[in-house]
Amino acid sequence: MTPTSLWKRLLIIGLCVWGIVLAVPNLNYTNVEKHNDAAAAIEVAGGVAAPQQSADLARWPDWLPSSLMNLGLDLRGGAHLLAEVRLEDVYKDRMNALWPDIRDALRDQKDAVGTIRRQPSPDGVLRLAISNPDGLQKAVEVVTALSTPVTSLTGAGQRNFAVTVEGSDIVVQWSEAERAAMDDQTLKQSLEIIRRRVDEVGTREPTIQRQGADRILIQVPGIGSASDLKKLIGTTAKLTFHTVVRRTTDAGTEPGPRNVLLPSLDEPGAYYVLEEDPVVSGDELVDSQPAFDPNNSPAVNFRFDATGGRKFGDYTAENIGNLFAIVLDGEVISAPRIQSHIPGGSGIITGNFTVEESTQLAVLLRAGALPAEMTFLEERTIGPELGADSIRSGQIAAIIGMLCVAAYMIASYGWFGVMSVIGLGVNIVMLIGMMSAIGATLTLPGIAGIVLTMGMAVDANVLIYERIREELRAGMAPGRAIEMGFSRAFSAITDSNVTAIITAVIMFWIGSGPVRGFAVTLILGIITSMFTAVYLTRLIIELWMGSKKPKSIQV
Amino acid sequence: MAWRLRLVPEKTNIDFFRLQYVTFGTSVFAVLATFVLLATMGLNFGIDFKGGTTIRTESTQAVDVGAYREALGTLSLGDVSISEVFDPGFRADQHVAMVRISAREGEEAVTPEIINEVEAALKTVDPSITFPAVESVGPKVSGELIWSALLAVAAGATGILIYVWVRFEWQFAVGTVAALLHDVIVTVGVFSLFQFKFDLTIVAALLTILGYSVNDTVVIFDRLRENLTKYKQMPLLEMMNLTANETLSRTIMTATTTLIALTVLFIFGGDVIRGFVFAMLFGVVVGTYSTLYVAKNIVLFLGLDRDKPKKADKNEFANIDA
Repeated sequence: MTPTSLWKRLLIIGLCVWGIVLAVPNLNYTNVEKHNDAAAAIEVAGGVAAPQQSADLARWPDWLPSSLMNLGLDLRGGAHLLAEVRLEDVYKDRMNALWPDIRDALRDQKDAVGTIRRQPSPDGVLRLAISNPDGLQKAVEVVTALSTPVTSLTGAGQRNFAVTVEGSDIVVQWSEAERAAMDDQTLKQSLEIIRRRVDEVGTREPTIQRQGADRILIQVPGIGSASDLKKLIGTTAKLTFHTVVRRTTDAGTEPGPRNVLLPSLDEPGAYYVLEEDPVVSGDELVDSQPAFDPNNSPAVNFRFDATGGRKFGDYTAENIGNLFAIVLDGEVISAPRIQSHIPGGSGIITGNFTVEESTQLAVLLRAGALPAEMTFLEERTIGPELGADSIRSGQIAAIIGMLCVAAYMIASYGWFGVMSVIGLGVNIVMLIGMMSAIGATLTLPGIAGIVLTMGMAVDANVLIYERIREELRAGMAPGRAIEMGFSRAFSAITDSNVTAIITAVIMFWIGSGPVRGFAVTLILGIITSMFTAVYLTRLIIELWMGSKKPKSIQV
Repeated sequence: MAWRLRLVPEKTNIDFFRLQYVTFGTSVFAVLATFVLLATMGLNFGIDFKGGTTIRTESTQAVDVGAYREALGTLSLGDVSISEVFDPGFRADQHVAMVRISAREGEEAVTPEIINEVEAALKTVDPSITFPAVESVGPKVSGELIWSALLAVAAGATGILIYVWVRFEWQFAVGTVAALLHDVIVTVGVFSLFQFKFDLTIVAALLTILGYSVNDTVVIFDRLRENLTKYKQMPLLEMMNLTANETLSRTIMTATTTLIALTVLFIFGGDVIRGFVFAMLFGVVVGTYSTLYVAKNIVLFLGLDRDKPKKADKNEFANIDA
């Protein structure tokens, strides 16, 4: 048989060694993981290592590769959530924020339009009535003048809201393009906020992805349960400042139009009637830090941005002596009396906080409020013990599977069987090495994929050996028969593997979670098995033929 | 002559078409029976496709399904099913059960309160009980998952159809896709017949069957194409038999290694993936059968235009043995 050229031999052996070296860290999973965590922590800390971190760092030498296979949720344990973002919430909030501007603009034209009243309307739509019907045209003009062009690519030429007249009312609605832009913005913002909140608790490798138009997939390994995760991300931390209309102890109070009734956080039975539209909202915060108030109890400092600061300053200047409510997530944290004009846009929230609570609140405020509420469509919690059980049974199955397939191959093909088993062993190790290198996630179906790969990987060897047998029966010399076996079987091997890759790619493309993990394992397994069966086994056979120079061979 | 394990003799001469009406008839019957089963019994959909909640319980005490049911009966949960799980991998004092609660009408989000109630109720029966896995899927997502699953199978089949068409003749493509749809449908039929739980991982198994079945079929077609250029005068039926016999040893060998790996996984892989492995085990058996008895028959029915086996000549791998 034609010998493989030297550079090709070196390349094949080099690739195998490389694959094996990449797989090595997985043998010492816990230590390498600690090493990696420590390395990451030190990098975050700017190169300063705590003693514990240095010890962890020493658990694995720096010069060896340290990429590990990620373990999926079903193996490591953790929580999985699929959330749907209620985009309509944002339409409503933004419309409510637009109302004061429209009101002020129309008030400037009081002579023409008369008095303005906001009428009840569906969320996200503004309906106005004016007292002077002759000024309708003027009012529409004034309101339309407030709209701005939409800057998105698809919405070119559209204004952000449309003003129409229905009967004697003026109706303001968001345009299609503005809604699309808002949706995109909302989702991006939600993703960012969720990511920050999950990162704050410092868990390992969370997955936070956008799915489709309005969904977010969140997977956090190592967290106790899906409800813990929901608590972490679902706490909206929506901070607003409202004018207090009055204080009451009656939970059944009718707050009146455009007002809301909210309970107090600390005092049971106390309620506040507040104006619904906030004076300033948490969106305008730029910073918040845990702090202590003058009485040395935990508090939270905050600072507004320029516009928020101006609004806050003006409001406090105009309302000295009035009550002012700080509302967090629908509860009144405190309702202090405004003592003086507060310029500069910073303030302090005091309440009955513990140090932990004030730290947590500062974090949540800094991360910002989720722009819209989320509905959870899917939640899964996998306990770490179940994951450990799965890993254990997967390992047992993989080892026994490997031994059985090896025994069968050797019984069927003798010495050639041994050579293909060497190829198979390298194949599995390379598969693990590649999965580690690209940071693929190993799931339970993925382990099944590896075991299945063992069964199917030898297919290429079987095709080749069966072909060699045929050629030998046809009276060909050993070297020539082997060569023919490899080259003639190649077309069948290619076709069968390409079709298998097609299905695996589709599985990856359409599937999610564990199914995707399975698809990745299959795709990589097909690639490595083709390599080892076609190139590595051939090289081993060639080397053996070269050293033994057998007159006849028995496949 | 050294000893070799051989499941198939060196030279076989099996007529795969002798009983073609029986075998093909059986396949057609199995496919039709699946449709009848799906219409009458349906599939035992897991929460992935139906919505609802499953809670895996684990305890050192033996599982008393009756007591569990009684404890949950007071909660008015609607449709609840409780089943004990057995696995040879479990420790002696490890007793596992699955509690499945159907999604309630008109309820989109999953309510953690219900899960808490269920967990509390089960704790009163057995204080040592733990809940290693709790999974909930809302009906909205589950409806979409069914569609994406069907889409996945359809897209897989289409991809294969196109590839085989480009590499071979269209008759081969039709034969291949018919054979693999047969495999997938019959496997689904078995899940319906025995009411095994059908969830998202089963769809992954079906797609793998798709890949395996096509792999098997394509190897035979590849050989058939080679023989078509080699023996220009041989009748098609005879040539198909020759091809199938030539490759029989490989077909059985690969099926056996795959089945060995899957059987090991079925026994030792744990209860979580047992359904998934079962689907693949069954699919590999059916896939091997359909390779020998379905795909070729269809090509034979369709006939081949043998005057111009052009594609084989143009093929980049056809000249490799020169």
